[in-house]
Amino acid sequence: MQPFTSLTTTAVPLRAENVDTDQIIPARYLTAVTKAGMGDGLFAAWRYGADGAPNPEFVLNRQDYAGAEILLAGRNFGSGSSREHAVWALTEYGFRAVIAPGFADIFYNNSLKNGLLPVALPEEQVAMLWDLVEEQPDTTIAIDLAAQTVTLPDGQQASFAIDPYRKVCLLQGLDDLGYLLSKEPEIAAFEQGQTSNA
Amino acid sequence: MTHNGRAKTLFEKVWDAHVVTQDAGAPAVLYIDAHLVHEVTSPQAFAMLRERGLPVRRPDRTFATMDHAIPTRNVDITLWPSDAATQVRTLRENCQDFGVTLFDIDGPVQGIVHVVGPEMGITQPGMTIVCGDSHTSTHGAFGALAFGIGTSEVGHVLATQCLLQDKPKTFAINVEGELGVGVTAKDIILAVIAKNGAGGGAGHVFEYRGSAIRGLSMANRMTICNMSIEGGARAGMIAPDETTFAYLKGRPHAPQGADWERAVARWRSLTTDEGAAFDRDLTLDANLLQPMVTYGTNPGQGVVVTGRIPTVDDLNDPAERRSLLSALEYMGLRQGQPMAGQPVDIVFIGSCTNSRIEDLREAAAIVQGKRVAGDVWAIVVPGSKAVKTQAEQEGLDRIFREAGFEWRGAGCSMCLAMNDDKAGAGKYVASTSNRNFQGRQGPGARSLLMSPIMAAAAAVNGRVVDVREML
Ligand code: SF4
Repeated sequence: MQPFTSLTTTAVPLRAENVDTDQIIPARYLTAVTKAGMGDGLFAAWRYGADGAPNPEFVLNRQDYAGAEILLAGRNFGSGSSREHAVWALTEYGFRAVIAPGFADIFYNNSLKNGLLPVALPEEQVAMLWDLVEEQPDTTIAIDLAAQTVTLPDGQQASFAIDPYRKVCLLQGLDDLGYLLSKEPEIAAFEQGQTSNA
Repeated sequence: MTHNGRAKTLFEKVWDAHVVTQDAGAPAVLYIDAHLVHEVTSPQAFAMLRERGLPVRRPDRTFATMDHAIPTRNVDITLWPSDAATQVRTLRENCQDFGVTLFDIDGPVQGIVHVVGPEMGITQPGMTIVCGDSHTSTHGAFGALAFGIGTSEVGHVLATQCLLQDKPKTFAINVEGELGVGVTAKDIILAVIAKNGAGGGAGHVFEYRGSAIRGLSMANRMTICNMSIEGGARAGMIAPDETTFAYLKGRPHAPQGADWERAVARWRSLTTDEGAAFDRDLTLDANLLQPMVTYGTNPGQGVVVTGRIPTVDDLNDPAERRSLLSALEYMGLRQGQPMAGQPVDIVFIGSCTNSRIEDLREAAAIVQGKRVAGDVWAIVVPGSKAVKTQAEQEGLDRIFREAGFEWRGAGCSMCLAMNDDKAGAGKYVASTSNRNFQGRQGPGARSLLMSPIMAAAAAVNGRVVDVREML
């Protein structure tokens, strides 16, 4: 997993609530047996017109947000399907963090497993950020995972919560598998106990 | 009370019994009893095992089937659009190479993973069950702790039979009283989500309780637990009881003989203790519930069929207002519009929410002797081959066909439109599935979620009607 330490970049304002994983990547893009190529399907229904050409109205297609690595979204982001493809689509497209008032549980977990940082901030702060980056798309936002802060160019700062274990994993780029494999003796003992209790 | 004297909820009992170990400051290592696998979210997980040279730790606890991408017409899968065929082939290869049981599309058991698991008796009380699919919450109807996971976690479970999990909080959903005629389990859960919001259960496990829940069949309990995820919950659970045991007895993977008696004795302890505390709770009066229909693009945007779509003036919260306006724009519906009378173009009876034999029987009773209205396209997609066979033995397929429905093979079909069962852009679909997301049933499609009998009534009337007028 790619480690996440800090990031200073512009942000795309996606002013919408309950953005579900079917929106992030529609089912017809899930037919691959690898992770590659998911970025093309990101927000496909909003991003492309019926003819497949980019929809100039959609915020992601606006030139002034090109290269932004933070997505600013509304509450309950990533609801619905468990498809990790949604996270792969966001990361392949180039996002490294999503700031929203809240995330759906499975999406939140999937993000952490792919080095995409989900940052939950209070709704008023997200609304303030939306206003700011809509007015000034070149505003840079700095996220520091070690300090758990989000900082604006004028020095305004907000802090966010993250589970301490997940934080270490992200900072060091560790995945859960190595940890779980190291618990083999405990897992074997648990299975032994389960069989004898059955 | 439990042995250690502290009153526990059903969830806590199942959780505590599966914590293998937990380091200070780290999530718990949670043991998984049954792992269900399907063709769409597993290929990258098996690929990870190959890359790292790992076996599947417990192939005997891993079960696969094909449901999401497959055709539901009687066609040769190998002639199907190449991507879906590749996923099917890949799953076959993976199951073969790693020794995992596969309920193949060519065999007698295939179907939607959440229909097949219970049917085979794989789903049992007190188990932990996961699948790379959010509707794994369905299996909680048996008193199991069952939840959806991403593909990375599918890999973790394949390799170690464990997951690293933070303990969720508990949320009691009390439904007391008796449902009126024509009001179903689907209406209970749509009412819960309308009240608590699509994200309202985040971080929690629902436990559905109360007299209205106790009175439900297993099929109906599964309908409710299925949509826990639509309420944002990690999982949904219902304590097992005689209804649960009667359903499971004699199923292929259920314990047999003396093992059965021992298992039932153990399962009887899986109830929330008197005095156990939940982190949150919500109570609904079953007597007041009515048939529900969704008008929006998240499952929380639902109203009673006799009601009207809200207006922005009904809502205080700016985010709710924004959601309403964008939903209605997509749906082509008006603020304040009465729900009944809304025309429908397509009717879909199926999905892991409502494709069991009980659902089909109830829907068939409504359409019997009637015709699908005008040019409505109506399809029935049974949840599994077993449901299909049973329905055919009961003559339900004939009732549906004679009324003008298409009768299909088992799979997810138009619930997520990964195969060719897609609703066209702008079309209104009366659907028994669980998600009304934008484009879920086909690009531009507009879903109206409802119960099987409400969908059947919409099919024969060509519009949303209150099914109670037909009973
Ligand atoms: S029927 Fe629909 S919701 Fe259920 S598993 Fe299939 S795609 Fe998912």
